[in-house]
Amino acid sequence: MLKARRLKVFYGRIQAVKGVSFHIHKGETVAFIGPNGAGKSSVLMALSGVVRKEGEVILEGRDISQLSPYALAKEGIIQVPEGRQVFSSLTVEENLLLGGFPKRKDKKWMKETKEWVYHLFPLLAERRRQLAGSLSGGEQQMLALGRALMGDPRILLLDEPSLGLAPVIVEDIYRTLRELRKERSMSIILVEQNAPLALEFAHRAYVMESGAIVLSGETEMLISDDTVLDVYLGRAREDFFD
Amino acid sequence: MKWMWNPKYEAMDREELEQIQLERLQATLHHAYRHVPFYRELFDRAGLGPGDILSLQDLREVPFTTKEDLLQGFPYAFFAVPLTNVARIHTSSGTTGKPIVVGYTKRDLQYWAHLNARILLAGGLGERDVVQISFNYGLFTGGFGFHAGAELLGATVIPASAMSITRQINVMINFKATALVSLPSHALRIGHRLQEMGIDPRSLSLKVGFFGAEPWSEATRRQIEDHLMIKALDNYGLAEVGGPGVSYECEYRQGLHVSEDHFYPEVIDPTTGEVLGPGQEGELVLTTLAKEAFPVLRFRTGDLTSLSYEPCECGRTLVRMSRVKGRVDDMIIVRGINLFPSQVEDILLSFQVGPNYLIRLYREEGLDQAEVQVESVLTGAKERKALTKRIERDLAEKLGLEIRVVLMDPGGIKASSGKQQVVMDEREI
Repeated sequence: MLKARRLKVFYGRIQAVKGVSFHIHKGETVAFIGPNGAGKSSVLMALSGVVRKEGEVILEGRDISQLSPYALAKEGIIQVPEGRQVFSSLTVEENLLLGGFPKRKDKKWMKETKEWVYHLFPLLAERRRQLAGSLSGGEQQMLALGRALMGDPRILLLDEPSLGLAPVIVEDIYRTLRELRKERSMSIILVEQNAPLALEFAHRAYVMESGAIVLSGETEMLISDDTVLDVYLGRAREDFFD
Repeated sequence: MKWMWNPKYEAMDREELEQIQLERLQATLHHAYRHVPFYRELFDRAGLGPGDILSLQDLREVPFTTKEDLLQGFPYAFFAVPLTNVARIHTSSGTTGKPIVVGYTKRDLQYWAHLNARILLAGGLGERDVVQISFNYGLFTGGFGFHAGAELLGATVIPASAMSITRQINVMINFKATALVSLPSHALRIGHRLQEMGIDPRSLSLKVGFFGAEPWSEATRRQIEDHLMIKALDNYGLAEVGGPGVSYECEYRQGLHVSEDHFYPEVIDPTTGEVLGPGQEGELVLTTLAKEAFPVLRFRTGDLTSLSYEPCECGRTLVRMSRVKGRVDDMIIVRGINLFPSQVEDILLSFQVGPNYLIRLYREEGLDQAEVQVESVLTGAKERKALTKRIERDLAEKLGLEIRVVLMDPGGIKASSGKQQVVMDEREI
């Protein structure tokens, strides 16, 4: 469905992503894992168009690498930003409606999708008139996710959904992610520092290190393989270079 | 799709396949660069970084790796993961003293089993089959490689390993083996013995054979098929890239399908190193795409072949390589064991015989035999016999192959004009 070839991201003179190639199929969940600063989030931001990039991004045969973030969102490539960036002075419902901006003309669709989001996150339904700034961390993450869903994503880009959240809330969020993946067949690209969690949730994974993809594979293969954790995620780095 | 183990990859659209090859290549290059000092130096010397290789075509920029390079890494210098993550070790065959040592992580072993299952399923094998594996189980890759593939396929496996021909035949008859995995010369030998024993091959349950690890001709194929009344299929692999599982014949037998999702094949002009186009014969160069413990970049196999991207009737889209006809170098393969004349020469010289010698390869009852004729100044019959025994023992010990030694009087070996021919191959390969 989506293919990226030789994707590069620069921040000034620093190259955060060094020409990576990857793909995702329809309905598939693909995780990017690896240590902090490996370039995982930069890949997501390149896909959603918020950072300058080089290389090809092909969506169903069409090169979309030059599209603006708004045009990409209209194509259904929608990112849930890291750190739960919600509009704190707006209510929960207003936040959701903003997420549906590209689809604002389709009133019926907006209404149905909003109800679906409330069904996925009953807590948000309870707090629909509350200001987003008054929500807990976990609730804000749910709101950020719900807002992305309002944009009718074909490819949902998830940046560190577990970051800074209590384990029980993380569990809750992933349970919801599984549910929505089942109910609407959408592709998900997930960036996670919590590798075991990501490997359990995704179908395939790319392991990144210093801006490059150093390993890829089906997650069932990667899980059964200590090497991934040891060599790529740094568990035995010292032993290795002695 | 009936006869494909991984139809997703074996019949993948080429554009999609190339995307996957590119993705796996980038990972392999970075992995090798970061974890194997040899490759890091190889890149640095060429003024390249793994990040400079951004397309499959760019791979040509990367220098070749040779057998000699790998040998110098003895034992573990080419391992790209710590030994704690290496689940299995095998070696290349028939090299003096230090072989090439290859390692496998658990994941490598899993993939290897799948690659071998592909070979077997392409030959029509399934759960109801009884597979007799007559490859040596040991450091040699053949036995364990096929064993894992056959088990994954769900077949019943007989790990016959290296038993005598008579016992192989007994097992084959009593256990009703339906498939044989072995060296082609071994199959020929079984066929000849059956004839001697007056056993009608049609009374066997055997229907198909998977042969490899040494080159064999269409004439040998016909002989095997006539003597055993089976369909004989070729497969190709080498320890340096993990053993059997690189390529295999399908039922149409129009070349061997390369498992391109795991190996990126190139054919080069062995002299200039230039990459040749489809249909042109040259040296096969392989890059592994999914190996963790022992990634290999642009390895010169020394085997001569050509590639064809034409679609195959079986539905596989994987490129086909022609059956290997010969070697670029003077390496000889006898009973699946690789050796170079120079290795024999070194041993001979250590016994102060020679310098003229001749290696004669011939076939006796279907089995490859090797003999070395060498000049000696010794005269006493007793001394000559003792020396012969000592050299034979040393050859067997160092090369892993029994070679008959025949001492000749000085001048007994005719040096032909120009480059002396040291190998006389009388086998009909």
